[in-house]
Amino acid sequence: MNTAAARPDPFPVDGWKRAGWLLLAVYVVYAAAQMDVSWDRVVSGLHNARHFFERLFPPNFSRWDLLVKGLGESLQIAVLASALGIALSLPIGLAASRNLVPAWMSWPARLLIVAARSFHPVIVAILFVKAVGFGALAGILALALASIGFTAKLFAEAIEEISLKQVEAVRATGAPFGSVIGIGVLPQVFARFIGFATYQLDSNLRNSTMVGIVGAGGIGGTLFAAFQRFDYDFVCAILISIIALIMLGELLATGVRAIFIDGASIGDLFRRGPRAPGGRHERLLEDD
Amino acid sequence: MLSIKRLSKAYVAGKPVLIDIDLEIASRGITAIIGASGTGKSTLIRCINRLVEPTSGAIEFEGRDLVKLSRASLRQARRHIGMVFQEYNLVERLTVMENLLSGRLGYVSAWRAWRRKFPPADIARAFELLDVVGLAGFANQRADSLSGGQRQRVGIARAVMQQPSLLLADEPTSSLDPKTSVEVMQLLTDIARERGIPVVINMHDVELAKRFSDRIVGMAGGKVVFDGPPGELTDSMLKSIYGGEDWLH
Amino acid sequence: MAELAHDRIWRRFTPAQKLARFAVYLVIVAAIVASIRTVEVIPEFLADAPEQVVDLLTRMWPPDTAYYPKGVHAALIETIHIASLGTLLSLLLALPVGLFAAHNICPYLPLNLAAKLILVSSRSVNSLVWALLFVGVFGPGALAGTLAIAFRSIGFVGKLVAEALEDSQPGPIEALSAAGAPGASLLSFGYWPQIKPAFWSIALFRWDINVRESAVLGLVGAGGIGMALDSALNLFQWNRVAVILLAIFAVVIAAEIVVTVARKRMIQPQ
Repeated sequence: MNTAAARPDPFPVDGWKRAGWLLLAVYVVYAAAQMDVSWDRVVSGLHNARHFFERLFPPNFSRWDLLVKGLGESLQIAVLASALGIALSLPIGLAASRNLVPAWMSWPARLLIVAARSFHPVIVAILFVKAVGFGALAGILALALASIGFTAKLFAEAIEEISLKQVEAVRATGAPFGSVIGIGVLPQVFARFIGFATYQLDSNLRNSTMVGIVGAGGIGGTLFAAFQRFDYDFVCAILISIIALIMLGELLATGVRAIFIDGASIGDLFRRGPRAPGGRHERLLEDD
Repeated sequence: MLSIKRLSKAYVAGKPVLIDIDLEIASRGITAIIGASGTGKSTLIRCINRLVEPTSGAIEFEGRDLVKLSRASLRQARRHIGMVFQEYNLVERLTVMENLLSGRLGYVSAWRAWRRKFPPADIARAFELLDVVGLAGFANQRADSLSGGQRQRVGIARAVMQQPSLLLADEPTSSLDPKTSVEVMQLLTDIARERGIPVVINMHDVELAKRFSDRIVGMAGGKVVFDGPPGELTDSMLKSIYGGEDWLH
Repeated sequence: MAELAHDRIWRRFTPAQKLARFAVYLVIVAAIVASIRTVEVIPEFLADAPEQVVDLLTRMWPPDTAYYPKGVHAALIETIHIASLGTLLSLLLALPVGLFAAHNICPYLPLNLAAKLILVSSRSVNSLVWALLFVGVFGPGALAGTLAIAFRSIGFVGKLVAEALEDSQPGPIEALSAAGAPGASLLSFGYWPQIKPAFWSIALFRWDINVRESAVLGLVGAGGIGMALDSALNLFQWNRVAVILLAIFAVVIAAEIVVTVARKRMIQPQ
């Protein structure tokens, strides 16, 4: 009755998995050593940290006019960079979709998109500052370029995924090219496009608070200056304002998605409250 | 061994789904609860192990009123009540063996469970049960690679792994085709009879209920309207359980 | 009969929906117009911009490849370490926060909100700003950079983990709690197997983004290639800037390839 010898091992050991974990552990130790991460440094740092945090709180909002001006400029940068970037993404994305345009057009467009994506917005911002000078213009151009990198790519992907059958059906009715695009292509991608656009606006809002650190305008500059002057309580006030602004932005973006994608009315938004209405939308997070 | 006393449940105040249910389950035998949808039979089953919280009443099991137990004590009591679900409720990405052993989670510390260090007696029992339910050799297969009937067998084995004093089954065959339904019912009732475990099954297929159970409890309008052996279930009785307007009271 | 006539009008959107859509368009246009009118941009600079950009690009050519081995390579490797260690640390820190933020696991609203607040704050503060903070505390170097990446990523990983937990099937959890499993075992046997694929996918995704983020942290002194970039920019050594940018580009592309390959292998069933 007892055939224990013939039983397979109930929990077979996965050699590959074990090796993987071991490799990871070795890597962590190696990398930490390479980076001069010693325990004393961490401990002395924690000591510093306490002093640091004491100086952060309570946040000092006395220079609120500077704060508001900086936030306002960041908002302007975000709005204009998004408008410019999204507007340019439409033609560039269309030009990059392999199913609608010939190769000689799609390849350069795709290359442009890849190049725009590969560099961190801050790096792009620095280059624009060197080119066009300090201020909001550099920020707007830099974030517009970054926006193209993401939005045009997602737009092109959305177009490549459309059902060509629907396009064919519209063409078969004898509709002109504009209508074919308008009725055959756009309705399929519109919902996703709203998703990207609101996402990009949020992303630009996040980034616009930061490009100021390298001189491209916005609250980042105020933050950096306060930091260098050791005005840590002002730094804290700025950070809190940034967080509040971004949370507001996310809320608005959710609302816009609900209105356009789920067909909500203003009343619906208030009724449903802050919980994400309409369920999860596509994961298109690039740097959320 | 299970005493349900004046059990009531209303999901929405004023619209009770269960009205003063009194039921005694003996320590042997298969009891089938039948009735139209919405008459509370699923609620009744789920109130027993408090997956649904009763509004009022008492459920006496192994000398204690389950309704009054704290969450920690309830957890301990639940170890002795095995349950089989309509949708099998296996952990899809785990293997059959791991699903079986999850029936013992109430007895093994979380740390040992995470490291899969279950007592050898449990593992031996698991293999034996796999043979009994006809899934020998499936131990290391992932649950989501099995058919519906096979999954329900694993579900039954998991419940029996708890070495329970009572088995509950909430529409165990409703997701299965007719032939597999009969096989699963046969398996469930055989195992229960062999090990002397009473079973309470909630089902909508009257023929299956009559064929496999020793006692039928018919519900309508939130009340028990029939309680007796399958032979006494006449057609007029069935009509009062399933048909007519009386359950709209 | 009047209702029937009403119902026969074919409308794409109800009046309420139309109002909402119109409101959004209005706000967008107003925002754009307001921004254009108030932003401090000197029009001459705007007109000059394309020419300036081209000028800059010409100055960067040819890239100073000789600079690579001594000035760039080590810093590049350090950047990758910052990204990798930072991501790993964030995974560890994000799991508990994600657990608390999932309302099916932690039904206590105050804890939920607190966890969500932590996640939002982590996401809203840019990694560059985190780097500034940590340089202030721990001094310049890769330690500050790693912590900056870690703390920035907690919000991302934690939010997605919380969503994966909230989306998991309740059935198996119900079955395990009906069998008397304690809470910790519910997590390890019921939830973890369900979120495992999503978790590793999130981790990979975040690592990819972090490679890009790590490259700039050096601009505020937090280690990595950013520091080399900063000095080259300050000294107007455009050819060196060019080679650094190319190196960053190469690493980013390499990371994307690694991630794509890893993702394909993860999709294979075990």
